[in-house]
Amino acid sequence: MDANKSSSISSTNAVARARAADLLARRDRYRIVEALPWIAAIAAYFAFPNQMVLGSQTLILILFALSLDLILGYAGIVTLGHAAYFGVGAYAAALLITDVGWSEPISGLVCAAVVSAIAGFLSGLILLRYRGLTLLVLTLSTTIMLQQLGNLFRDFTGGYDGIPNLNIAPLFGYFDYDLYGHTYYLYCLAVLLVSFCVMRRIVYSPFGQALVGIRENVARMHAIGSPVHWRLVVAYAISAGLAGIAGALFAQTNTLVTLGVFDFDQSAAVLMMLILGGAGWLYGAFVGAALYMVLQNELAKISPPFWQFGIGLLLVAVVLLTRRGAFARLAKIDQHLP
Amino acid sequence: MPPVVNTIISILFDGLAWAMFLFIISVGLSITMGLMGVVNLAHGAFAMAGGYLVVTATASWGVPFLASLIIAFIVVGIVSVLFERTLYRQLYDASELHQVLLTIGLAFMAIATYTYFYGPLPQAIRVPYYLSGELHLGARSFPTYRVFLIGVGAALIAALWYGFERTNIGARIRAAVDNRRMAQSVGIDVDRLFTITFAVGSGLAGLSGGLAIQLLGLTPSFAIIYLVFFLLVVAVGGSGSIWGTLAGALVLGVSDTAGKYLFADAGSFFIYAVAVLILLIRPAGLYGRE
Amino acid sequence: MNTTTAPLVPALEVKDLQKSFGAICAADNINITLPSGARHALIGPNGAGKTTLINLITGALRPSGGKVILGGEEITSLSQAGRTRRGMARTFQVNQLFRGLTVLENVYLSIGERTSACNGLWRSAGREAAVIDEALDHLQSLELVADACKPVRELPYGRQRLVEIAIALAQRPRLLLLDEPAAGVPSSESHLILDAIAKLDSNITVLIIEHDMDVVFRLADRITVLVAGRVLTEGTPQEISADDRVRSVYLGERREVGRG
Repeated sequence: MDANKSSSISSTNAVARARAADLLARRDRYRIVEALPWIAAIAAYFAFPNQMVLGSQTLILILFALSLDLILGYAGIVTLGHAAYFGVGAYAAALLITDVGWSEPISGLVCAAVVSAIAGFLSGLILLRYRGLTLLVLTLSTTIMLQQLGNLFRDFTGGYDGIPNLNIAPLFGYFDYDLYGHTYYLYCLAVLLVSFCVMRRIVYSPFGQALVGIRENVARMHAIGSPVHWRLVVAYAISAGLAGIAGALFAQTNTLVTLGVFDFDQSAAVLMMLILGGAGWLYGAFVGAALYMVLQNELAKISPPFWQFGIGLLLVAVVLLTRRGAFARLAKIDQHLP
Repeated sequence: MPPVVNTIISILFDGLAWAMFLFIISVGLSITMGLMGVVNLAHGAFAMAGGYLVVTATASWGVPFLASLIIAFIVVGIVSVLFERTLYRQLYDASELHQVLLTIGLAFMAIATYTYFYGPLPQAIRVPYYLSGELHLGARSFPTYRVFLIGVGAALIAALWYGFERTNIGARIRAAVDNRRMAQSVGIDVDRLFTITFAVGSGLAGLSGGLAIQLLGLTPSFAIIYLVFFLLVVAVGGSGSIWGTLAGALVLGVSDTAGKYLFADAGSFFIYAVAVLILLIRPAGLYGRE
Repeated sequence: MNTTTAPLVPALEVKDLQKSFGAICAADNINITLPSGARHALIGPNGAGKTTLINLITGALRPSGGKVILGGEEITSLSQAGRTRRGMARTFQVNQLFRGLTVLENVYLSIGERTSACNGLWRSAGREAAVIDEALDHLQSLELVADACKPVRELPYGRQRLVEIAIALAQRPRLLLLDEPAAGVPSSESHLILDAIAKLDSNITVLIIEHDMDVVFRLADRITVLVAGRVLTEGTPQEISADDRVRSVYLGERREVGRG
């Protein structure tokens, strides 16, 4: 009797184990629905051929928001200065073209990514020792200082007038750029796709899981031996690198870079996009950036205050509706928190 | 008077005037943050609203300047209670990110509304004759308006000191800032305290908005442009502390003025550099507690 | 032939440990020595400083004076994470779990950090077979496998407490610090916790804070009594229960199972 009972318990256990392991293993499998944003992006290429400039800008913002999602949505660190890395990347790409005379686009992206990642790593080492209002003010201040430093060295950076005539060489030596931005759009889309796949991989890795742990309960993470500060610095550096790529894309496709890339408006906008779309599930960047750009385009046509009011109202509404567990909702876990 | 001494006096005087303004506008934000832990980025919008009220009162209704300031304080204070009861209530348990975004959203809505009704151009105001021109004190003359600003600041500090240290309600606010749960458990109505504090703080913001017209100019974007400065003051001073706000305002006000006097172009760098340095060493602010 | 046994290094030594918060002395000259494999209980009235002591031992608090020595190695200046990596694990008085994650993911993280699997940012978390298997083993020994895929916050409190213990055990600690493990657990579920503790490997040294004397007498071979931040006395359960000073300290305190 006992032997039967214990063997049935052990077989139930074995079944449960297998099921649990299987569920975990299948977590990062690509699902069909994930193709939607890309299909939509390609459809937009054919459906709105006159809106390619807007399209490229949207794709760049999606990448920028995506980079913020790693540190904000996954690791739970709130900053107001992410534009710093977007700007560093933009200027790195710009100076590569004008000062070094190197106009190959892809290596420009790589250079920008490396420079911003280093900037992120170094600043993260110091900044990530702080949280809350202190971190908000520190990140805000350092980005403003960076902008003002840029103005100080305006021989180098072109000041608030910026660096014009950023013309990149044809992609792979073959694809040239037309006036309407078609090639730019596809270029941005390809970069976004690659960057997205990299982020997705990181997010579903054990490291990504540790970031979520840090967000959910940092006290517990310390108690299980996690080198919390190092994990955050690495995540921040990656996040900065991706923001740098977005900045570089901006410089390359806009053919002009000004100190406006460091504006607080930029940091605030990308934060808003992420909240509108939802932080912590990668696709929030897509939804949020697209929503933001479409709204801006439509509402600002009526009048700029209309747009500002609209976005303000939307923010208030979104926060009121999601304040109990925005992260949970958007990480697809049920939202009835106690 | 030797030029160096002259410059130092100018820096100190202008720095003090700027510091007083920063104090008046930031003190409300500091106390509400310390009391309820709410990051209120719409604080600047209350200031902006107060400023426009003063403009309308003096220009369209013929109310004297000083009286308009008082009216701005009262009206903005009362209106803020409406916002507190409906929206800010929801933020007490919310994450900091949500607080930041909701209040930024409110600020945007406010800016848009005022742009619609008043237009985006700067508003002018005529200060009364006794506040314009210059005062001659000893060997130097100082802009009367700035002396006025310093005076208002000093009076406010005295009033706030008295209110906080010498009244019952002040004691209760201090207790609640120190330890909210403990205060609640001894029967202090923390919610009502917060409403009162929020009203006074926002009222002061409205007042400072009126004061700002002559000092900085007034457009709807005022709400966001100067937001950075009050955040700096509150963070550097330590949230929840009147003395902290004063210390923060003085340090940052004087550094900013010194920077602009001595280094012209690069001068606006200073206020941020000083803030960053202080926060790196004392993350909770000069008067903050861990 | 004569064989001399090498002196056994104590698993934990706390020497003259001090902690003051301004004028308040939360820990005053505390000395405790735990031999390897000990089952040691820490008791005392509320506010005696038991949790403070655990925090000092694990590194969540920095002492004002004194030393903490783990397995012969001084760790007083090490961080929490550093001490955990040297073989110390703890449970908290109030559960510190990853509430939005599943039970399996909770234990997974503990193992992942221990084995440094969490350094990997290019592999897939779901395919770390070794980590997953070990996590499932721990769940199985605590009879939590059925709940493996449920978010922790959906579990009843008693089972959540088991997850808390699973996370600590997944660290494969030499020293395990349990802060009121049965606290807040309904009496219908508390046997789960007690069985789990009783089953612990004899190689592991266990320090447990408890209020419930039944639990203490069942599990502990030695008891330290802490009152107002100071060690009042230390001894076997029999010695402690016969001690008048201990009785007077506890006079008026009712014994309840699971009181937090």
